[in-house]
Amino acid sequence: MSEKEIRTIKVDYLARVEGEGAMHVKIKDGKVDDVKLKIFEPPRFFEAFLQGRRFEEAPDITARICGICPVAYQMSACHAMENGAGVRVEGAIRELRRLLYCGEWIESHGLHVFMLHAPDFLGYDSAIEMAKDHRELVQMGLRLKKIGNDIGIVLGGREIHPVNVKVGGFYKAPRKRDFLKLVEDLKWGIEAAEKTIQWCAGLPFPDFDQEYEFVSLRHPDEYPMSEGRIVSNHGLDIDVSEYEEHFEEEHVPYTNALHSVLKERGSYFVGPMARFNLNFDKLSPRAQAAAKAAGLDGQCLNPFKSIIVRAVELLYAFEEALRVLENYERPEVPAIEVDPSGKTGFGATEAPRGILYHRYGVLGNGDIRDAKIVPPTSQNQKTIERDLYRFVPQYIDLPDDELQWHCEQAIRNYDPCISCATHFLKIHREEVS
Amino acid sequence: MKGEGKSKQKLAVWKFASCDGCQLSLLDCEDEILAVSEAIEIANFPEATRRVLPGPYDLSLVEGSITSQHDAERIRQVRAESEYLITIGACATAGGIQALRNYRDVREMASVVYASPQYLDTLETSTAISDHVPVDFELRGCPVNKQQLLEVILAFLHRRKPNIATHSVCVECKLRGNVCVMTAHGTPCLGPVTQAGCGAICPAYDRGCYGCFGPMETPNTAALTAQWKAMGVSDPDILRAYRSFNGYAEAFKTEAEKHE
Repeated sequence: MSEKEIRTIKVDYLARVEGEGAMHVKIKDGKVDDVKLKIFEPPRFFEAFLQGRRFEEAPDITARICGICPVAYQMSACHAMENGAGVRVEGAIRELRRLLYCGEWIESHGLHVFMLHAPDFLGYDSAIEMAKDHRELVQMGLRLKKIGNDIGIVLGGREIHPVNVKVGGFYKAPRKRDFLKLVEDLKWGIEAAEKTIQWCAGLPFPDFDQEYEFVSLRHPDEYPMSEGRIVSNHGLDIDVSEYEEHFEEEHVPYTNALHSVLKERGSYFVGPMARFNLNFDKLSPRAQAAAKAAGLDGQCLNPFKSIIVRAVELLYAFEEALRVLENYERPEVPAIEVDPSGKTGFGATEAPRGILYHRYGVLGNGDIRDAKIVPPTSQNQKTIERDLYRFVPQYIDLPDDELQWHCEQAIRNYDPCISCATHFLKIHREEVS
Repeated sequence: MKGEGKSKQKLAVWKFASCDGCQLSLLDCEDEILAVSEAIEIANFPEATRRVLPGPYDLSLVEGSITSQHDAERIRQVRAESEYLITIGACATAGGIQALRNYRDVREMASVVYASPQYLDTLETSTAISDHVPVDFELRGCPVNKQQLLEVILAFLHRRKPNIATHSVCVECKLRGNVCVMTAHGTPCLGPVTQAGCGAICPAYDRGCYGCFGPMETPNTAALTAQWKAMGVSDPDILRAYRSFNGYAEAFKTEAEKHE
């Protein structure tokens, strides 16, 4: 294909991501000139209409930002309110929250690994098409995912927008016997997740190791979910309340999602790979061993291999959920008293796709004065664009449809959640001679 | 596998302003999704597949509300391409939580979230799909109940009316054997005026219903409000209770306005 020829690749609506987005790759004289991720998902203004709502409503309202990771929103909102009130949730209630988060990681990673990402590696349009040739594999994935949802149903009342979460804990703590059926499922899940890691390790990966600044929570005693300091491999180590001193959001014309950058260093990387690289030592011995056997000895720098990392986190989440259930003793009260009135609270938790930051100012009467929410996909947007700048040249000689598919895959590496980030994809490839 | 005889009916799933949760409910049918994909051709469902078959479509499921000029035009195109159009969830049936914008100056709201609101294509209001095009059936819930979603798809395949109850959450509480949280615990509950479908989960978890399935058929909101007032609930709290995930559904909207 001649460099003078004008080639346009269009994906007006990126598939197998959550939400509405497009991508624009401009190629000038055979070189990538410009890459834009466009999020055209219409804005919903959550931060604005949270003003004047009760602080107790924040978990239920912000859950509606995302149907794939509502628990993440609920957890960040609760932690922010509790931070404002100066209280901490401990013991069995804290363990139940961890269990619910494990359920969401399993549901979300199960969805992404098997239904959204795997078909790219095997050349299928969807998991449904893939199931025609790989039925057992897809069925295993669906069962894994279902177990995550079942945790949400037992503990949360339902899998999407669970009703049982409240600031301070839960409305009702399940009895130990309510969880009995899950125990055998979780044991099966541990075995199945291990098989998933092995299967993912055998997929074909392009060589694409890159330098990134990885950012995630880090906790002294555990693989991070709801608590910890915000750290990076470039020396960042801050309290959650210092987040806005180090990160800022930019509003750029072509997208309805704000771009989040590190003030001093620009783009950064959140999500499973960041957590894995910064917290490998906190994974269970079994998850560490499975990752090493899959070729990831504590470090993964190729975003295409994020599918393996998600599978490792699946294994960890199954083990952790089982640990919680086996040690569970029903708490005497399902929630503690929390009153953040007149205070400002900060919360950051590890959504399946990475750090989800919330900040609330609460008036003296308990009404929300102001709110700030930074979802993971906003934070990864610039990194996704940067990946495409570097990735496209390797494949620039491919026919349009193949190049397009590779670009889509490079984007899906991040499991972007556009519904979250609006506050994503057309591929337009333009060659300008 | 080829030669299945007659061609399958074509399903499309469309997204407007929403959280993706209602369409995710279809992918959450882990035990049924492969069978569903065998019974009906998944012709356009971007969250699940990059393969898009051209319209027209026999059945369109529409998630989300209309909040931009672009979407107001797109829903007309969807309607034109669809034999049956079914809206799924509180956003599509009542404008969703983002309909809270309908009570605010949207430009001022945009300036709260975005540094440069002039870049945005956004309407003053978030409205239900039925405010823009004729809708064949509305499935309620925030999110929808996935068993009800399967029932709606199944009913469509057999060209029968979906078996979706329009009575209140109270009936589901009785069926589930829940203790009434209003009577027993003095907890304000929207169950008496809210349509069933969730399985009365909130009362089952010791909290009051917060109305995510929207108003039931002929709800007596005045009577419920009187009861709440007798329990000591303030006007601002009554207003917020009605004006939430289905706050722009007519019965809830009207009741909320009485407490402004």
